[in-house]
Amino acid sequence: MKLKKKDWILILIIVCVAGGAFLLHQVVGGKGANCVTVKVNGEIEGTYSLSEDREVSINGGTNVLQIKNGKASMVSADCPDQLCVHQKAVSMNHENIICLPNKVVVEVESSEESEFDAVTN
Amino acid sequence: MKNRVAYFGVFTALALIFSYVETLIPFHIGIPGVKLGLANLIIVIALYKMSLKETYLLSVVRVVLSGFIFGNYFSIIYSLAGGLLSLTAMALLRKKGGFSILGISIAGGVCHNIGQLVTAMIVVETFSVIYYVPVLLIAGLVTGLLIGIAADGMLKRLVNIIF
Repeated sequence: MKLKKKDWILILIIVCVAGGAFLLHQVVGGKGANCVTVKVNGEIEGTYSLSEDREVSINGGTNVLQIKNGKASMVSADCPDQLCVHQKAVSMNHENIICLPNKVVVEVESSEESEFDAVTN
Repeated sequence: MKNRVAYFGVFTALALIFSYVETLIPFHIGIPGVKLGLANLIIVIALYKMSLKETYLLSVVRVVLSGFIFGNYFSIIYSLAGGLLSLTAMALLRKKGGFSILGISIAGGVCHNIGQLVTAMIVVETFSVIYYVPVLLIAGLVTGLLIGIAADGMLKRLVNIIF
């Protein structure tokens, strides 16, 4: 079984889109991340600095977020799949940890940028 | 053909078994949503062996049953969005012609991930999941290719079965 010409075109398009999206991420985000925003059900529950180590209880205790050495990771969740707990720690701008069953989103941001977002929105 | 119902049952059972095998493989690479998609192998084969209507039915039955057995209400929604988008893309490419089973399977893998990503965006009401796009595209490409190779091998051995 060999790849046909159209297969190669398809693969090329996918790789280009993925590469483009990745570069965009690198250009737009990346530096200046200093805090994490915790959202539950699309509403902001709190913003925490990455520079101080602490543990945050989210959504009335369904999830626990740990901030340590400038990185944030989910240490516990009451959902059955535990995908967010298995995920690696986040520290880069716009990286995020999402717990779908509890609708919890933890996103890394820079505090200046969130003001900027608020203005443009 | 009179064996239609029996074959449909066999395909459903196979898809369920693959879903089960998938849950046995510990495959955490730190990115949620990336998995092999073994059950899609059955869908790809069904696409080549059954009518499109039956393939859609198989896809939905497979997702709902495996969701009830191995997953939860959320996994059904995600799998359904991914599965239907993936099957639609594969059917369109196949109809268009010029693609090998590998290309069709790759399109299916990628669209499966896109469907799930869009659903995730709607459920958690955030656009930040968009940053998973590069990883999910490449993951869909690789898993789609692997499934395509496996499906090609299986179809070669299934030439005598005609529905």
